Amino acid sequence: MASMRDIQRRKTSIQSTGQITKAMKLVSTVKLQKAKTKAEHTKPYSDAMYATISEMLSRSSNIDHPYLKKGSSNKKAVIVITSNRGLAGGYNTNITKLLTNGAIPKEQLQVYAIGRKGKDILARRGYEIAADYSDVINEPIYQDAREIGKKVLDAFTKNEIGEIYLAYTSFKNTVSHEPKLIKLLPIEIEKKEQERQIPMNYEPEEEEVLDAIIPKYVCSLIYGGLIEAVASENGARMQAMDSATSNAEEMLADLSLKYNRARQSSITQELTEIIAGAEAIN
Amino acid sequence: MAELFQLQIISPNRIFYDGQVSMVEMNTGEGQIGVYARHLPVTTTLEPGIVKIHEEGSVREAAVHAGFAVILQDKVTLMAEVAEWPEEIDINRAEEARIRAERRLSTNEPNLDVARAELALRRSLTRIELSKHR
Repeated sequence: MASMRDIQRRKTSIQSTGQITKAMKLVSTVKLQKAKTKAEHTKPYSDAMYATISEMLSRSSNIDHPYLKKGSSNKKAVIVITSNRGLAGGYNTNITKLLTNGAIPKEQLQVYAIGRKGKDILARRGYEIAADYSDVINEPIYQDAREIGKKVLDAFTKNEIGEIYLAYTSFKNTVSHEPKLIKLLPIEIEKKEQERQIPMNYEPEEEEVLDAIIPKYVCSLIYGGLIEAVASENGARMQAMDSATSNAEEMLADLSLKYNRARQSSITQELTEIIAGAEAIN
Repeated sequence: MAELFQLQIISPNRIFYDGQVSMVEMNTGEGQIGVYARHLPVTTTLEPGIVKIHEEGSVREAAVHAGFAVILQDKVTLMAEVAEWPEEIDINRAEEARIRAERRLSTNEPNLDVARAELALRRSLTRIELSKHR
């Protein structure tokens, strides 16, 4: 049986760890609230953007546009959004698993990393890191999404890559986040049954409008992904820290019990020794 | 009184404007246009410029830079990458941006991104003009 001092030492160490995880939980709760409001404000834009694009494409079925066709290059770019900091449970590994267990062979992948953790994991596994934008995840603004979007679109038009994907954690609510891998380009939108048939006009020409709008669509998806990822990251960290704190409490309760038993048995032993000693003198 | 229709201006960070209006004026890639209710459905690109929102009895103005507009018969949606009310504009910053852009355009650097500098200039000019209307 461990000595009283050993148990006490263990207790102190778990106690201080518990304090840290508790503080981290509080911090990420506050951050989550902030990120959540931001994500809610971003949603209308992404939704409206998606609705517009799908409506445009379903109305005009026979458009021939480079952004709608797969490039001839077999390289595939993936924008991977993870976090810069750890201690967020399975948040980062869930994202990288999308790629490592995914259907796309490693040789064809080019990673545009946003978030140091994901970048490190993928680099260690031998994935090609084309670019690293890890700084933006701390406080993503629309400008960042535009820059990243421009970079991948340039590579797409130059035919260095044939397809563009986005891997991020979608934020459903505080407790449920889902890692997602979506295809940005070429755009694939399921043909819906057309409810209304008002022909849409384009000014200037259809092709030029698509030229202007599709990059914005890609950027808005990237931006939405960034914002949701930040919310999910803090949600994941909050959960991880919450369970860490309750684990620490459980261990402390267990150790307290052990400590008290050890204390009691040492007192009992001392008493027995004293009584035995007293009897020996008599 | 003219017929009202719904106008939404959505920027990445917020729903900038959502309300019933009688007319909206905007600066498209093809020039200035004004839209009333029951307009022909049109999708068009937006250039940096001032959007005039004619509400019932009043006119509000906002700066909108880059984006596109989807005009339907009963609804107009402006998807703006940046949208600002006059009171949100920092006039000093806009002036600085204008001077910077003008300087960049007047140099004869060979690898100057003219389109980008011009766009920056137009953005700053829009902001300056709008803040004068305050």
